[in-house]
Amino acid sequence: MASSTTGVKVSGKKPAGDQAETPSRGHAPSPAGPGGGSRFQGSLRDAATAAFVAGVLGFFFIGLRTDIAPGGLDIKARWTAWIVSILVVFAGRLALNLFVFKAERPVTLGLAAQLSGVGETLPGLSKWLVRLLLVFALVLPFFLMTVFPSKQRQFIDLAILIMTYIMLGWGLNIVVGLAGLLDLGYVAFYAVGAYSFALLSQYFDFGFWMALPLAGLLAAFWGVILGFPVLRLRGDYLAIVTLAFGEIIRIVLLNWYQFTNGPDGISGIPKPTLFGLEFSRSEDGFAAFFGLEYAPIHRFIYLYYIILALALITNVVTIRLRRLPIGRAWEALREDEIACRSLGINTRNTKLTAFAIGAMFGGFAGSFFATRQGFISPESFSFIESAMILAIVVLGGLGSQIGVVVASVAMIGGIEMLRNLGFLTQIFGSGFDPVQYRMLIFGLAMVLIMVWKPRGLVSTREPTAVLKEKKRIGAEAVAQGEGH
Amino acid sequence: MRAAAEPLLSVRGVETYYGNIVALRGVDLEVSRGEIVTMIGANGAGKSTLMMTICGDPKPRSGQILYDGTDITAMPTHEIMQLGIAQSPEGRRIFPRMTVMENLQMGASLVDPNHFEDDLKRVSELFPRLKERLHQRGGTLSGGEQQMLAIARALMGRPKLLLLDEPSLGLAPLIVKQIFETIRELNENEGLTVFLVEQNAFHALKLAHRGYVMVNGNITMSGTGAELLKREEVRAAYLEGGRH
Repeated sequence: MASSTTGVKVSGKKPAGDQAETPSRGHAPSPAGPGGGSRFQGSLRDAATAAFVAGVLGFFFIGLRTDIAPGGLDIKARWTAWIVSILVVFAGRLALNLFVFKAERPVTLGLAAQLSGVGETLPGLSKWLVRLLLVFALVLPFFLMTVFPSKQRQFIDLAILIMTYIMLGWGLNIVVGLAGLLDLGYVAFYAVGAYSFALLSQYFDFGFWMALPLAGLLAAFWGVILGFPVLRLRGDYLAIVTLAFGEIIRIVLLNWYQFTNGPDGISGIPKPTLFGLEFSRSEDGFAAFFGLEYAPIHRFIYLYYIILALALITNVVTIRLRRLPIGRAWEALREDEIACRSLGINTRNTKLTAFAIGAMFGGFAGSFFATRQGFISPESFSFIESAMILAIVVLGGLGSQIGVVVASVAMIGGIEMLRNLGFLTQIFGSGFDPVQYRMLIFGLAMVLIMVWKPRGLVSTREPTAVLKEKKRIGAEAVAQGEGH
Repeated sequence: MRAAAEPLLSVRGVETYYGNIVALRGVDLEVSRGEIVTMIGANGAGKSTLMMTICGDPKPRSGQILYDGTDITAMPTHEIMQLGIAQSPEGRRIFPRMTVMENLQMGASLVDPNHFEDDLKRVSELFPRLKERLHQRGGTLSGGEQQMLAIARALMGRPKLLLLDEPSLGLAPLIVKQIFETIRELNENEGLTVFLVEQNAFHALKLAHRGYVMVNGNITMSGTGAELLKREEVRAAYLEGGRH
């Protein structure tokens, strides 16, 4: 009890300290009346300058557009888009000036303090939130079917996609978040899992459930293969080698034409069955067996529950492992490798298990991906996928399980939401597709989060060990603690 | 001091290189059971290199290190540590994002988990401050508390030989005194063998039964702590102005 209250006290102090710093952060505290006026004028002038710069830069980039015309190139002017972008820059800069840069009390400070306070001050709330999310995930398909009957297939598909990334994020979290090994080639294991299943089904007629454990094992095996050469590497060097590894796997898949069918990919990958029941219109299919009317949505719901189960297994295993010596050793390895070795921990085996277990979950997710798509090609396993999964882990907060969920929903769901911003085409012309700007938006989101929450959205770390006999440290500890 | 038949740790003619640069030029030393032995020397003399060479990283280019009769020269670090050596490394190197409790659990990785409760009690008696902060993150402790944690973490492994690398680094004199007092208690009450590398020559020599002085990768002097404290060369090089 006593120790937990001191913990809260310490974490509670932080935001207060930030607020105390506020006056010194801004410019010299100025008297309210004339100071406020000049601040507004300054903000206006600054915003006008920014708008002018935007106008000059945007004149060629936004204002003019070259199109291919019959006689060569044709220049078209897009004055509306140009003026709108200048206005956006002006308004944005003015707002930033007024509320953040030149404000007496920047709103962002309070916001950051509030955000960081949420998880720490209300541990009970976050626990309930997690349970609520779990229940929501369990009933999600039926929720979507009742609320959005017209778009149910699209939304369930999106839920499957998000869930896949959550699982990949949780898998990578073992390697990057817990063991602290920066892996830029995680997609390689995803690819190994997907191709394992695809090839096993093509050459040996394996079904999904038979291939799934094998795909995981093969991916884990490749995790160890990658692990060996990089045992001595850390940080940047490790990142480069893992990046190269991811590319090697993709290029091998691309060029080993006889075996993998190269860039043409593998199609006709079987769908998963429910204890032998196929999700088809046939007489012995799922619908007929249970006396339901056949609907293609059944298969999507089933896929959703498979990935949900796989993701939850990943999560439970990770949480359990964290409490075991091996999980603690991973975290210690992330903190300080030399100290780890000096405590008699075999850092080689510790690293290899992290790679292997992380890769195994990547492999599971990969074979799920193969069965969901029915078709895979090396194109699906490019570096951008690795970057995306890593971004999810980093944005969510390294080592945080719930952070990965939040980041996956925000990023994968966010991209989908971009597809619905049709009204923007009226401003930026008919060819404008917000989805193409997703990398720009990612970058921006990354920068913003790293500025405000450098350790990710959920940066609190749950200790894995607590003393059972809390009472005994109680009273006397508080008394002794006061003295210092 | 007990006259043991064979020393617990003996280092024989050890030469260690970093690439082409010599760090240790043939070091000989012995630590007997139940002794506190200290190694003093200036910055860059090779004290920490010796400590790390004993732990197997870096490996010596020539020479031999024997622990309890076993040749540990070529063993990997984690196997050396499994023989009953524990180290509190230079600069403490606690795990900052893990709680004090978890740090201690890491220290006990090699020990039967059934001993954990007892060992936890023992180190909390030695360092009551840690007991108050069991559920605090290691990184939020003060420097002195972190040093206590580093020693406690090493003790959790139930070592026969405790290697301490500059436990007084960057600490207030009062804390240094406390920590050295604890080391003395450990040695007197439990017979723990301690090998201590220090720049704080006065405290170290006062505490130790025997001491070695290292200069430029060579051992230039050795003797009992009291003897070395009296030597003119030692006083001139390491003690003047360093006395608290």
